[in-house]
Amino acid sequence: MEKLSFDLAAPNAPTGTRPMALVGVVASGNLEILLERGGAPGRCTIEVNTAAHGFRPLWEAVTADFVARRAAGGLRIAINDGGARPDTVSLRLAQGVRSIEEPEA
Amino acid sequence: MRQWDTRKRVRAERIAAGASFADGKLIDVDRLVDFFEAVLRPGDRVCLEGDNQKQADLLAGALADMDPTRIHDLHMVQSGVVLPEHLDLFDKGIAKRLDFSYSGPQSARIAQMLFGGKIELGAVHTYLELFARYFVDLTPQVALIAAVSADRHGNLYTGPNTEDTPTVVEATSFGSGLVVAQVGEIVDTLPRVDIPGDQIHFVVDAKKPFYVEPLFTRDPAAMTETQILTAMIAIKGLYAPYGVRRLNHGIGFNTAAIELLLPTYGEKLGLKGKICTHWALNPHPTLIPAIEAGWVEQIHCFGSEVGMEDYLAARSDIFFTGPDGSLRSNRAFSQTAGLYACDMFIGSTLQIDLSGHSSTVTADRVAGFGGAPNMGSDARGRRHPSAPWLQAGAEADPDAHAALRRGRKLVVQIGETFGEGNAPLFVEKLGALELAEKLNLPLAPIMVYADDTTHIVTEEGIANLLLCRDKNEREHAIRGIAGFTEVGRGRDKAMVERLRERKVIQRPEDLGIDPLDANRNILAARSIKDLMLASGGLYRPPNRFRNW
Repeated sequence: MEKLSFDLAAPNAPTGTRPMALVGVVASGNLEILLERGGAPGRCTIEVNTAAHGFRPLWEAVTADFVARRAAGGLRIAINDGGARPDTVSLRLAQGVRSIEEPEA
Repeated sequence: MRQWDTRKRVRAERIAAGASFADGKLIDVDRLVDFFEAVLRPGDRVCLEGDNQKQADLLAGALADMDPTRIHDLHMVQSGVVLPEHLDLFDKGIAKRLDFSYSGPQSARIAQMLFGGKIELGAVHTYLELFARYFVDLTPQVALIAAVSADRHGNLYTGPNTEDTPTVVEATSFGSGLVVAQVGEIVDTLPRVDIPGDQIHFVVDAKKPFYVEPLFTRDPAAMTETQILTAMIAIKGLYAPYGVRRLNHGIGFNTAAIELLLPTYGEKLGLKGKICTHWALNPHPTLIPAIEAGWVEQIHCFGSEVGMEDYLAARSDIFFTGPDGSLRSNRAFSQTAGLYACDMFIGSTLQIDLSGHSSTVTADRVAGFGGAPNMGSDARGRRHPSAPWLQAGAEADPDAHAALRRGRKLVVQIGETFGEGNAPLFVEKLGALELAEKLNLPLAPIMVYADDTTHIVTEEGIANLLLCRDKNEREHAIRGIAGFTEVGRGRDKAMVERLRERKVIQRPEDLGIDPLDANRNILAARSIKDLMLASGGLYRPPNRFRNW
């Protein structure tokens, strides 16, 4: 396993009040993402546990694109990666933000 | 005095030579190899029928068993190089030169043989282009074809998989060549006559159906969320704004996902009756839910698809069927329909470069084209207007006089930024170009040329190349949807944002697509079993797809 962490500027905060959201599953080519509110406003921290070594530059690119495109301010994010392709990571992160924005049941 | 009927005389000699291995037109199957050695001559131009679907497999096997000291240097002119025997011919020295169109399953071996000099390559064609040459400079002297059944006179029933047969027989038989057919059975009365017996010179009873590959069956269970997202982008960002009603879909999972989203996502967007009503298309099982939901008015088919026969016969308002009730397909006519009467082609590829050329050739695989370059091209001879065609033409050339401006066919490449084995879809230099340099070919095998390509769709968004005004804009429109590939990461971010403001690039969020909708629950069928159930049990999936 390789561990990577990122602390990124994320100007926009997600709407809604759900404290957390969990999307995806840990499986080959897939990943599980836990998102929690309560981090520093305007920042987004991302911890990655990945089975695939040597992809730090790609994770930097994917996470930078994520905080630029999606409302990730104040989120603490933990990723368990089963070797997902970057497009899958990107989609799953977008789904995570949308899930935490969903109205509480 | 010149003789003006040498071709007919040669054919008469071939028929006389073959007659000693036949009872009338019916060849003794045990003497098929001897028969071939009697009727063929070294250097003959031979069409061995086979495309991406049906195969004259018995005839291919016997042909490859001939003695190369007797029959050699054949020039094979055929749609598909698909069976191992098709290449064994070249390994054994029976054949030397090749003009073809498609080589899916043999793509790796054909590449090795091209590099090794075992095959003298004429050209890689699109289907319609090769058919055209059958009537001009590649007319076969002998054609070996496949049918479902024959009667004693040699009349043939080709059934749902008629495909290339009428075209091959027309060129060969009326060009004074010899036509030999393998059939699954000899019957007294045919269900319908697809090929008249006076165009057929010999028939062999294979006692089993010819081989057909279920090439167009895509299992919804294997569809990914990225493919679903990409399909949603295409529907909302392309099909809807252009109002595309007449179209062709390629073979991949991305377009299959679009088919499965029509009755769900398409319905939600209010697009029923406004898009996807008329098709040039093989009978894709993944289109069953849309047909059953009333989306589709008419489909003309290149070929059939294994297991779809009963469904097609039961939906004759939608499909072209014969007096016997079964599908009549015809590759030449359907390719013509795709060229002239469709407003959109959308398909997948393996590589796209920075100008927008695309190719399925990689360093070690020569897969050929099939029909994609034909349908994926703008028909310069088209003269009838339609809303999508005019709109695309206006986007490409807004300042021209409207009544003097050509429309444009929408030619769309769709795919995930990383394909099979994590290979990037976008590359600086195409494998096709490397191949052309290595083999010293005058033309690189490009599947769809950049100047025909109007849009590229990935999970990152749509690039509208019609709106690009120069080479640099075009390059950045492509980089701007190339995701996290090297090409995508090489983008000038500010320039990409400017293109986005002009809607040259549109992202899912620009189109109002909720990533939570990119979920397998939105598919109208999530398995092959679902497709069978949606057909009311009429679709009978091949065994390899039955996993329940």
